Amino acid sequence: MSGTAVAGAIRPPGGLNRLFSAGQDADYRAHLAAFGALAPSSLTPELVDELARSGLSGRGGAGFPVARKVGAVSRHSDRLWARSPVVIANGAEGEPRSIKDSTLLRHAPHLVIDGLLAAGAAVGASKLYLYAPAGSIDYARAAARERKDARSIVFVEAKDSFISGEASAVVNAIENGIALPTDRIVRLTTTGLRRLPTLVHNVETLAQVGLIARFGAAWFRSLGSERDPGTRLVTVSGFVPQERVLEVAGHTSIADILESCGVPLDGVAAVLVGGYHGAWIARDNLTANLSAGGLAPHGARSGAGILYVLGRHECPLVASASIVHYLASESARQCGPCLFGLPEMASLLERLATGDREQGLRRQLEALTQSVIGRGSCHHPDGTAGLVLSTLSVFAADVDAHLTGRCLRTAQPSRRSNG
Amino acid sequence: MAEPPLGPVLHIDWTRCDGRGLCTELLPELLARDKWGYPVAITGAPTARSDVAITPRHLDAATDAVALCPLLALTIVGSSR
Ligand code: SF4
Ligand code: SF4
Repeated sequence: MSGTAVAGAIRPPGGLNRLFSAGQDADYRAHLAAFGALAPSSLTPELVDELARSGLSGRGGAGFPVARKVGAVSRHSDRLWARSPVVIANGAEGEPRSIKDSTLLRHAPHLVIDGLLAAGAAVGASKLYLYAPAGSIDYARAAARERKDARSIVFVEAKDSFISGEASAVVNAIENGIALPTDRIVRLTTTGLRRLPTLVHNVETLAQVGLIARFGAAWFRSLGSERDPGTRLVTVSGFVPQERVLEVAGHTSIADILESCGVPLDGVAAVLVGGYHGAWIARDNLTANLSAGGLAPHGARSGAGILYVLGRHECPLVASASIVHYLASESARQCGPCLFGLPEMASLLERLATGDREQGLRRQLEALTQSVIGRGSCHHPDGTAGLVLSTLSVFAADVDAHLTGRCLRTAQPSRRSNG
Repeated sequence: MAEPPLGPVLHIDWTRCDGRGLCTELLPELLARDKWGYPVAITGAPTARSDVAITPRHLDAATDAVALCPLLALTIVGSSR
């Protein structure tokens, strides 16, 4: 596959503005003017090799190498036995602190559609779906109506819940109308939607596929680092002048991202990286970069590119307790340890946050995390436990202070009428 | 959905299990009950606790547990039998 054989005068986007280089609210005409048409020669199984060379990883959270997932689906498909695969574009970001997928579906829906068509062609898919919440799906539908090649895409509206974007919940929602995770003993790439090999890719991942199918792996790798090539979208929220979506190179430091959003670094206490299932990174470590290698020493992963900034004046235990409360309320209540364990974790953390000085609270919380990890049909308990453990370790000094009746952030006794 | 270990494992479908604990009675060396009553693997990595490794001498009891679980929440995966 030739990554450079692009029709006419189209040049690959230079600089950091790749995904949105067709401009705001890009319609099909603006899209074609910026990127050119998707050449039929790029709609082939060879795309898998190009994806492997590009090193693209999933942008929905797990960060799994895209080429390996695509390859797995191809291996399990069998045209003779009518087991041709299904590809699903997943735009249900679920995370309250992420707006990058909805922003992408609004401003660059055609790139997502291109990626879905290309991934579909690469694996010989029998069916293509685009799954996204109410607001976003309208943009994608309208975009599909502008072009002839997107008629076969089936649009399914996602429920607005934290868990609705979990891969098995996506398949369950499309097949049965129930946006809850299902128990799995076999991977979706082996047997998923209606028992067919199923590829669920985040919409940003597919938009990147749409670019790689045109401009090739070498172009993709011209930004980012060896191990985290290309660009990725991040959503910056919290203690920031304005919630924003940014496209950054894979190895950009957190500090640089905050600075470009106008966040005064000396006003920051910590940043929650990777979303509500993520980990806190204290201010001293914000020079860490977003690549897997840069974040691993801090127990974090970029996940879906969420950076939630906590200001120095805010009590981190109060902030974490409210997140854990939210996560407990979003348990799909199917699995016992998740159903019982998460609310208990939330209330213990809240007691700590609001000034309960029972010395055993820290130990009880730690024990509780161990009772839920690995004991659900999805990673919701693991992710929630991870956030609690991160809170206890990164804010250990705050925990100590609370247990002696003080709060380091407000310079006041921590027992207040409400957090 | 953790990667199941090699060899047979007892997979627990948490969406079905209601924690009455019949399986923990049949497999006391593999499973204990947590404070809510749900089965919890006694050994193995915490992240692999939905797929409990079955040693050969527990295979019969595990097969019984699969057959007797009232909610069909248990499966043996990766068994060569
Ligand atoms: S672990 Fe929790 S969120 Fe996940 S399926 Fe079970 S009950 Fe639902
Ligand atoms: S016998 Fe079945 S329902 Fe009862 S605790 Fe064991 S797995 Fe759960």
